[in-house]
Amino acid sequence: MKPLEPVSTTARVVLGISFFVIFFAAWAAVTFGGLVPKIFLADPVTMVREGWYLITNHGFLADIAVTVWRVVGGFILAALIAVPLGLAMGAYKPVEAFFEPFVSFARYLPASAFIPLFILWAGVGEKQKLLVIFVGSVFQIVLMVAVAVGSIRRDLVEAALTLGARDAGIVGRVMVPYAAPQIAEILRLVLGWAWTYVIVAELIGSSSGIGHMIIESQALLATGQMIFGIIVIGVIGLISDFLFKAVNQKLFPWSTI
Amino acid sequence: MSGVVVKGVSRTFPGVRGGDPVQALAPVDLSVGEGDFVAILGPSGCGKSTLLRIVAGLDRPTTGTVTLDGKPVTGPGADRGMVFQSYTLFPWLTVVENIEFGPRERGVGAAERRAVAEKLMAQVGLTQFANHYPKQLSGGMQQRAALARALANDPKVLLLDEPFGALDHQTRSLMQELLLSIWETHRKTVLFVTHDIEEAVFMANRVLVMSARPGRFKSEVTIPFAHPRSYKLKTTPDFGRLEEQLTEDIRGETIIAVQAGF
Repeated sequence: MKPLEPVSTTARVVLGISFFVIFFAAWAAVTFGGLVPKIFLADPVTMVREGWYLITNHGFLADIAVTVWRVVGGFILAALIAVPLGLAMGAYKPVEAFFEPFVSFARYLPASAFIPLFILWAGVGEKQKLLVIFVGSVFQIVLMVAVAVGSIRRDLVEAALTLGARDAGIVGRVMVPYAAPQIAEILRLVLGWAWTYVIVAELIGSSSGIGHMIIESQALLATGQMIFGIIVIGVIGLISDFLFKAVNQKLFPWSTI
Repeated sequence: MSGVVVKGVSRTFPGVRGGDPVQALAPVDLSVGEGDFVAILGPSGCGKSTLLRIVAGLDRPTTGTVTLDGKPVTGPGADRGMVFQSYTLFPWLTVVENIEFGPRERGVGAAERRAVAEKLMAQVGLTQFANHYPKQLSGGMQQRAALARALANDPKVLLLDEPFGALDHQTRSLMQELLLSIWETHRKTVLFVTHDIEEAVFMANRVLVMSARPGRFKSEVTIPFAHPRSYKLKTTPDFGRLEEQLTEDIRGETIIAVQAGF
């Protein structure tokens, strides 16, 4: 093993899977071996059995669907507002000077701390859940997109200017395509964070969703169900990550050459 | 007066962090007639690129004016094509799309701009690489594409800012011949900035030597060789004499520049 030495595809896959194998083996060892009481940590087999029970008897798939819709809905709303605003800030310095201080401040406001307030404003329905995701994502996306757009290579802009490009061409045909792969990457990253916000939102004042199931299961001391819920979130995150990466590679073949 | 006329142009950059302002360019005069090929030769940091950027409209002169065919230059425009030392092809566009960028910005129709691009790709020998992305090309190929991209707008003036500076010696020689052959066909007005004496003498009709910072024109040499020129010219005694003369001229300036720590 040497620094930065590449690893073959086969070795990469084997190594990646082996961590999961070790992880589950360790988990099985401490639970079946009796090192940890069942009441605190269910064993993997119980977890799978209880997960299956949730899906067949409690309509857990519907809960998953609700949670996915909340994350995607809130996230899309945030992206629709944040990406154009970030673009405007990255391209036009006065716009940046106007918004940047507030957005930087707002970015540190914890979305979860807003939940009681949002319940007061929007009730405990879908609106409140979407609001949490929205507030948790929008400021992050704005700032990161602004930085990505603002970091454009000056010589590319100058080249476009000497080719006769005007403002609209500079923004639309140079800055946007330059930053597009980075923006896609930012969205992928922030979508991951949105998943933590949705669960927090569902833990408080909710009657459906994965987070709701987890808090219900706690009352029943059903650690297997709780762990199953957490793993489901992880798996969905992994799938959305793969999808995002695949779409990015398809849309921006030039950035990965 | 047709062509590029530079009158009393100087450029002073404001001091950085409370430092003194830096005069990069002393007031200079220059006129480049239509179809002329002028090389500006100078040590690094002498302000020659600054002058070229002012003619391009990418930088504003502190004093003086630049006119093109009698009209004052107030900003960058498609009538002055430029090739930079750094690789500035748009990485998200293929070679042919890069070359079509300028015509597309000016609203030229798809069929017409494709025809222009194909003709230029043939001239710079990139037809087979039309659908390659810049990252898939060598440095020399990228600069050839950049040259074709600048020519696609059919500019009145071609501004070249050490376009072959980052290339190895052999590639650079081939690029000089290519540029020269293109100039011999199009007879565009060319303003070429370089620190390579051989390059300047081989391609230009006039070579202007710039002094160390603040840059001003120190001497001018007319290059008498007829066009078309062959690379064999470089080994003739006349060529050697001109090179020697310019080497003497520029050497003193380079010493000043090095001592000043540019």
